[in-house]
Amino acid sequence: MAMTEESRDDGGELCGMIRSRWPEARVARSSLGEVSWSLAPEALLAVAQGLREDPRFSFEQLMDVTAVDYLAYGQEDWMTEASTAVGFSRAREAVQNPVAPPHPEARFEVVYHLLSVSRNERLRLKVPLASDRPAVIPSLTGIWASADWFEREVFDLFGILFEGHPDLRRILTDYGFIGHPFRKDFPLSGEIEVRYDPEAGRVVYEPVSITPRTLVPRVIRDDARYAKPDPAEKGPSHD
Amino acid sequence: MTEIQSYTMNFGPQHPAAHGVLRLVLEMDGEVIRKVDPHIGLLHRATEKLAESKPFNQSIGYMDRLDYVSMMVNEHAYVLAIERLLGIEIPIRARYLRVLFDELTRITNHLLWIGSHALDIGAMSVFLYAFREREDIMDMYEAVSGARLHATYYRPGGVHADLPDRMPQHAPSRWRSKKEQRARNRNREGSLIDFIRDFTERLPGRVDEFEDLLTDNRIWKQRTVGIGVVGPERALQLGFSGPMLRGSGIAWDLRRTQPYEVYPDLEFDIPVGREGDCYDRYLVRIEEMRQSNRIVRQCLDWLVAHPGPVILDDYKIAPPPRSVMKHDMEALIHHFKLFTEGYTVPAGETYAAVEHPKGEFGIYLVSDGANKPYRLKIRAAGFAHLAALDEMARGHMIPDLVAIIGTQDIVFGEIDR
Repeated sequence: MAMTEESRDDGGELCGMIRSRWPEARVARSSLGEVSWSLAPEALLAVAQGLREDPRFSFEQLMDVTAVDYLAYGQEDWMTEASTAVGFSRAREAVQNPVAPPHPEARFEVVYHLLSVSRNERLRLKVPLASDRPAVIPSLTGIWASADWFEREVFDLFGILFEGHPDLRRILTDYGFIGHPFRKDFPLSGEIEVRYDPEAGRVVYEPVSITPRTLVPRVIRDDARYAKPDPAEKGPSHD
Repeated sequence: MTEIQSYTMNFGPQHPAAHGVLRLVLEMDGEVIRKVDPHIGLLHRATEKLAESKPFNQSIGYMDRLDYVSMMVNEHAYVLAIERLLGIEIPIRARYLRVLFDELTRITNHLLWIGSHALDIGAMSVFLYAFREREDIMDMYEAVSGARLHATYYRPGGVHADLPDRMPQHAPSRWRSKKEQRARNRNREGSLIDFIRDFTERLPGRVDEFEDLLTDNRIWKQRTVGIGVVGPERALQLGFSGPMLRGSGIAWDLRRTQPYEVYPDLEFDIPVGREGDCYDRYLVRIEEMRQSNRIVRQCLDWLVAHPGPVILDDYKIAPPPRSVMKHDMEALIHHFKLFTEGYTVPAGETYAAVEHPKGEFGIYLVSDGANKPYRLKIRAAGFAHLAALDEMARGHMIPDLVAIIGTQDIVFGEIDR
């Protein structure tokens, strides 16, 4: 929390340059030194074009495209009934500062990692997709050739559509697969299992017979170590 | 006049030159490739989703199984990401140990690559020599972690254990005479450091042998020079990294440009190609083996002179030593909590990238403050490289396609994840 708190004041050189070209940019350098820029899908194409072509930025490489599904962000296993049939009854204090998803109105966020080899700089673009509209985002295949497969993967695993992609097919999942497995509401055990049926003499597809089970519950704790140091209190110790 | 039509051909998924389960649907015009459509995902295990359901430390073992020929470097990116979010600094000796094993892993990766690449193109003997050297690195892995391949050696806060004082020896066997047995154990008399040092003295000569067999070999050159040419601009466009990018003439190495651990203190050179063809990428990787060997020797010199802790002394993250747990109640509780629940990582996000033998291997980690990752994205170098296969192979023939698959150094564990 304190670790990654974003501040708009201390932006560094890259943030300043971005703001000089796009004054409205919500760009910030995290305390880990990583620059993130959150922007709307409508602005993405023009921004990406500018970041690549403008010699002040020259982000020649798109290293990665991924998505995050914020459906279950900040939720613990004992807040849900689905994680186990019996529930977790361990006594535990309630979390003081529950974590909220970064964009309450958006379920998905598409994340791009850019790299400038000539300027030795990285930039993360984050595009939240409003939940009340279909998850569609412009494709960057015309700007970086490497976007092709990365976008196919995000489409396959999250069901986000990339407008203008030349060949938006599934890439990692099986032929004829149904659903988007990396969404948070897709069960870890999947929906379908495959086996060879000796009587029918062929491979059959059936609903899974596994009951989902949680071995270690997901738990969020207010760990004193990550709070801002309080001089009155004694630091963490394990003596 | 006979009309020649293009036809579609299937390559793989069970094909010895496909390096795993790669299925290619080729559109052929006679012997010439018009289009390549790789069908991947046959090894997809949803590692990223599995990691979301486990405490942080339990996924380290999954990282080994991504690129299963350079195991420890995968772990490195993952533990780096966790350490950044936790905001912890690891002991200096652990940094040297990580660099030591990163570079040994780079050598083992390149040994396997040169063996299989040469075998694909028809040079059988290199394969046998390369695997002989690789076996010694597997023994180093085993000595330090107990496992030959999937080490799970790097931990958030440092590494699992220090180097052992004694190198395990080959047990007596009824199939070998006493004299033979002594010869096999000759370099295993001392500690693991002695064994590695002996290896580093041997390796440059072995790399020379590979070069004798290949570098000026007429057939090798016919098969690799001018094949799969990618220019520097195009290599950047296609998201190339590692030897694929350096082979195209761009001197970009994360160990130098965005250094992590102790790389700034070490001396090494970055080999760069000129033409961007399979032959240049071969030369780049050969030189990388020599440079890695140089780094390993510097690490050994440092490690001998500087004993110290190898993992953080913080029981919230690293388990307490067994001897302490025998008499310290707190330590026992910490041990129990660490292995039943794990530690919580502060909310935030980070992207940690390392110079993997195959290119840039990155971990994008999103945490919501829980004891499990909220989202883990693995950026595999081979994924971007394989995406460019179509472009690299067009206009070439099928035997050249095999050379291009070989030069990309792809492993399906990391591409399919």
